[in-house]
Amino acid sequence: MFNIERWQEIFQTLSKNKLRTVLTGISVASGIFIFIVLLGFSSGVQNGVKAQFAGDATNKISVRTRVTTKQYKGLNPNRRIQLKNEDFENISNIYGDYLEYKSGGYSNWGAQLVYKKESGNFSVRGVHPDFQFIENAIISEGRFVNQGDIEDSRKVIVVSNKAKTELFKGENPIGEMVSIYGINFKVVGVYADPGGEREESQVYIPISSAQIAFNGADNLRDMSFTVAMSDDFDDTVELSKNLIASIDNDIKTKYTIAPNDRAAVRIDNTLEKAQKIYSLSNIIEAVFWFVGIGTIIAGIVSVGNIMIIIVKERTKEIGIRKALGAEPLSIIFMILQESIFVTMFSGLFGLIMGLGLLEFIGPTIENEFIKYPQVDFNTALITVFILVAAGTLAGFIPAYRAAKIKPIVALRDE
Amino acid sequence: MIQIKDLHKSYQMGSNSLHVLKGINFDVKEGELVSIMGSSGSGKSTLLNVLGMLDEADEGSYILDGVPIRNLNEKVAARYRNKFLGFIFQSFNLINYKSALDNVALPLYYQGMKRHERIEKAEYYLEKVGLAEWSHHLPNELSGGQKQRVAIARALASEPKVLLADEPTGALDSVTSYEVMDLIQGINDEGKTILIVTHEPDIAQMTKRIVNLKDGIIIDDSQVKQIRAKVHV
Repeated sequence: MFNIERWQEIFQTLSKNKLRTVLTGISVASGIFIFIVLLGFSSGVQNGVKAQFAGDATNKISVRTRVTTKQYKGLNPNRRIQLKNEDFENISNIYGDYLEYKSGGYSNWGAQLVYKKESGNFSVRGVHPDFQFIENAIISEGRFVNQGDIEDSRKVIVVSNKAKTELFKGENPIGEMVSIYGINFKVVGVYADPGGEREESQVYIPISSAQIAFNGADNLRDMSFTVAMSDDFDDTVELSKNLIASIDNDIKTKYTIAPNDRAAVRIDNTLEKAQKIYSLSNIIEAVFWFVGIGTIIAGIVSVGNIMIIIVKERTKEIGIRKALGAEPLSIIFMILQESIFVTMFSGLFGLIMGLGLLEFIGPTIENEFIKYPQVDFNTALITVFILVAAGTLAGFIPAYRAAKIKPIVALRDE
Repeated sequence: MIQIKDLHKSYQMGSNSLHVLKGINFDVKEGELVSIMGSSGSGKSTLLNVLGMLDEADEGSYILDGVPIRNLNEKVAARYRNKFLGFIFQSFNLINYKSALDNVALPLYYQGMKRHERIEKAEYYLEKVGLAEWSHHLPNELSGGQKQRVAIARALASEPKVLLADEPTGALDSVTSYEVMDLIQGINDEGKTILIVTHEPDIAQMTKRIVNLKDGIIIDDSQVKQIRAKVHV
């Protein structure tokens, strides 16, 4: 293998047969190239899917109540179920160990915010301090609602970046007063949401203030929690399912709702949705692998094909070499070494081209579902070696056949 | 140098067996220049292939330079070919992507010789056949006569015991043929044993001995008065 004489012989053969060498090289290089690009985009899709969940905590559970739809224990359907502060406190106490963040909610979906002569429609949401983390709100100026605000029912408000641009024309709004239904609230913070504009149409006030301002007494419109994440994703999904079942059961027992009344208590679980989409992206990844491996197999087959043609084309040459004293083994090594060299070299070339494309094109892709396409270099290198090994195998059959060529047959004058 | 006794060879053609060599007996001494003549189908090429270890006889014995040639596997046959024999073909059989020099050096590569030694030796033999300044040309840049000279240089390069030439002038015009024969006679004058298969009587007359083959049997084997090719050139 490291016989310099043999390498000289092979380099001479390769360089004197450029078309053949280039054709073999292209089929291998393009196989690897396509494989790498596919793998890159598959990881891009996964990154894109993960980014979709960046707006909210992926482990969020939200609880809402509506009207009952089923008759139960002598009670008629169409009863409105109203969550109270004590429901929130009960759940927080009972399941506190499994919950990371907790917040009640009392919202006014379409309230007019007025600042001097500017006004705009925002949904005003009364929340607990934890809501900042449930909603992934990033405080850019000032602070979020805190516990003191709630205890004292302070009339303070946290506005979004969007509200800052629309109402305050980008000037610092901290300390300014905005009015909602004629009640003045003092701006204490500005937040941004990574989920984008849609999620910035809300402004936050302390839950106690919201209940007073909108005549809510001790009523809650909804409750939001996040499940404490463990290291194992599937365990967390399981935990959140159990929590949902328990919370559902508690509320239904307390308000005497039929256990099978799905409409009365609605509990949404982003984690389960996330799990579904993650599994979808896993399927996409599997499809990409399938196609990629198919491409590589096609590459190997074409290398084998080319090797057979090469042997056919070189029958006479091999006959001459044998007549001049080439042993069968030296013919096998000649063909194999050539094929290994070509597959290895062009495989690495395709690899570098593929990685290069991902490196240069990757960052410029502006698509919600594809982000940062990339390939683990080791994976790529392993595929090249697999290809070389398979290419060798594919080359061996023609090489063996070449060694069997009888010089008398090869040299027969046509 | 060559001793052949009762050599038989048949080819299987479908269900028919074609008996090509039907008991050949002949000896060649060192330094002889022998032509093997016969019409097509007489078995002359088959005889040459058996002598060249490109094909194996069914029966009979073949001793080359004291070494019995029988039951050869591919590896041993390749080694013997390289060591004992030099081939000259009608269609030259040069490797078309190698220069004249590299073609001549190829048998030396299979002897395991180092590259610079190979090149040196190949240059010597190319000069001997008068093609020193063509050494870096590819075969398709050479004329037929030049190609055959390269092939002769290649056959000589491995310093074989015997040169086997199969219709060496078959693809050449008569002037070029005589030039090639002149070269072959010169090599024979230096003591090399040479066997030439031909069907051209004028070429046969330039050897020292003519063996006539007909239907797989030697019908005539006689020494002739050699005509020097120089006369015609």
